[in-house]
Amino acid sequence: MAFRHMTEPSIDDLTTMYEIQARIVATDEQFRQRVGRGQATLIYYSPRGQESISAALGARLRPQDYLVTTYRGLHDQIAKGIPLRALVAEYLGRTTGTCSGKGGPMHVTHAESGVMVTTGIVGGGLPIANGFGLAALLDGSDRVTAVCFGDGATNTGAFHEALNLAAVWDLPVIFVCQNNGYGEHTPIARSMRVRSVAERAGAYGIASAGVDGNDSVAMWHAIGAACDRARDGGGPTLIDALTYRFHGHILGEDLAYQPADERAAAIAADPFPAYRARLIAEYEISDTVLDDIDRRVAADVDDAFRYALASPEPDVSSLYTDVVAEVTV
Amino acid sequence: MAVMGFAEAINSALDVALASDPNVFLLGEDISDPGGGVYNITKGLSTKYGEHRVRDTPISESAIIGAATGAALAGKRPVAEIMIMDFLGVCLDQLANHAAKLRYMTGGQAHVPLVVRMSAGAGVQFGAQHSEFLEAWLIHTPGLKVVMPSTPAEAKGLLLSAIFDDDPVVFIEPTLLYFGAAKEEVPDGDVRVPLGRANIAREGSNITLISYGLHVHTCLAAAAQLSALGVDAEVIDLRSLVPLDIETVLASVSKTRRAVVVHEAVGRSGFGAELSSLIHEALFKELAQPVRRVTGADTPVPFAKPLETAFIPTADTVATVACQMCS
Repeated sequence: MAFRHMTEPSIDDLTTMYEIQARIVATDEQFRQRVGRGQATLIYYSPRGQESISAALGARLRPQDYLVTTYRGLHDQIAKGIPLRALVAEYLGRTTGTCSGKGGPMHVTHAESGVMVTTGIVGGGLPIANGFGLAALLDGSDRVTAVCFGDGATNTGAFHEALNLAAVWDLPVIFVCQNNGYGEHTPIARSMRVRSVAERAGAYGIASAGVDGNDSVAMWHAIGAACDRARDGGGPTLIDALTYRFHGHILGEDLAYQPADERAAAIAADPFPAYRARLIAEYEISDTVLDDIDRRVAADVDDAFRYALASPEPDVSSLYTDVVAEVTV
Repeated sequence: MAVMGFAEAINSALDVALASDPNVFLLGEDISDPGGGVYNITKGLSTKYGEHRVRDTPISESAIIGAATGAALAGKRPVAEIMIMDFLGVCLDQLANHAAKLRYMTGGQAHVPLVVRMSAGAGVQFGAQHSEFLEAWLIHTPGLKVVMPSTPAEAKGLLLSAIFDDDPVVFIEPTLLYFGAAKEEVPDGDVRVPLGRANIAREGSNITLISYGLHVHTCLAAAAQLSALGVDAEVIDLRSLVPLDIETVLASVSKTRRAVVVHEAVGRSGFGAELSSLIHEALFKELAQPVRRVTGADTPVPFAKPLETAFIPTADTVATVACQMCS
């Protein structure tokens, strides 16, 4: 196990993480532009600024591993591999969406990709993630479940109950706090007295890691170590991934609660171009390779939006289906 | 066939389910041996099936329902125990916002074959936070099924149906029936009572008394009183509120032209209001009298014995109301 921690990401791992981030950045940009132009109507929680965390999850989780995320979940959903056409279509409420338009941006599930639950309730996904972990434990499988949430969720009772249960049952669950410094509009310093979310792991007797959530390579190591621990029966890990959200809580809101210089500094240190520069400088990946990825991603995103916008909205006859199992008489 | 009480019958259903399907497991507070839960319902099961399948939890109702929901989404058939129904208040987000809505929110990709068992009801002087029937909260949440048995055989058969149902089912066990239900013959093995099919507990022609769970017995006692007065009451045991066997109710009320709905939960916006409305909408012109309700008081459940007794609907009240309607 110690040896595995020494492993550095391969060029494939690094470019995979680049491609995931490129996909997130391009898709997010399309949503923001189209909402801004009135071409799409949806409640939208931009994940822009937090995409390094998802990239590491995407590179580290296996296809059969489970992911639970939140209403700010586009980056996680893309990283876990939901096909872009079906994902964008769901955000736009189309019948070709992952959930046939019944879920929407806050409730995306795509079981084939392992994205099982996207919740609109802060903290609500953590207890459910334990259930996926418990199923793996009962089956004796090495499947891991990662659950993403914000720093605000760590003040809910669900967080406390879930981490405690995961600890006492040694569940193979990775609790990934995407700590963007704000719970809705309230800064973290006004919401908790501990210096870091990672400290909270001590209350449950579980492993933790405080990580620069904007550093893809550091995140790759942290998620990898947590996956190894979970698969080896070592139980849960709490990862406190420090990051920042560029576009506030909900797109279009008044950002007066965020100091402008703080936001400007975060955007100036944008982790996506920084990661590209690092791949070139530190890992000697060529511009050409990254440009090719950018082109492919741009084409995919363009295709996904065309497809989604051309897809029909659900027929109202589906209002009453999927409430409970259809009864065959 | 074996003669069993209510608690024994529930234990038997759990035993049968655990034996027949490796995906079934139980979780809840204090449910493992030696005690087998505060009412000994799960006694012997952790010894027989192991503590990995009969799992004690911390006092964490949200974590219990959440873990059960996630496991159900992953293909298990969890049976979660919430010790007392009032404790739903601390985990309703997991049940109402997640378990109930996931089939719908996912467009039918996911389903949650989950059972949440709980004791409920007044009559044992546990006071306001350990005595309520809260079925109205659950019925108001699309996606949940709601079941309440009235006899040992019903309890076993309905619980087996609930466990092998593909949707979340809340299974409400009236506490007084643990101690007070008459023992009866209960089928061996996996014999199920289907959800959504009411039972005519007593046939009659003058008035229909409709209830579920404990107060089916209140209605039967009222029917016995009414019989002495020359009123022939039919008693319907709904067994499940969602799905609801409205056909059996309407067929009975069409015949008797009079109906009383009886439940212990507070009357205001209770299930009686819904059922009364459904009957009026379907049979208004045929009714000899408006549908009446006999329910718990619109108050928290009190502690002192005379107050608690006054809170709970009685056979005398049901008989008095029914008599007025038939005179």
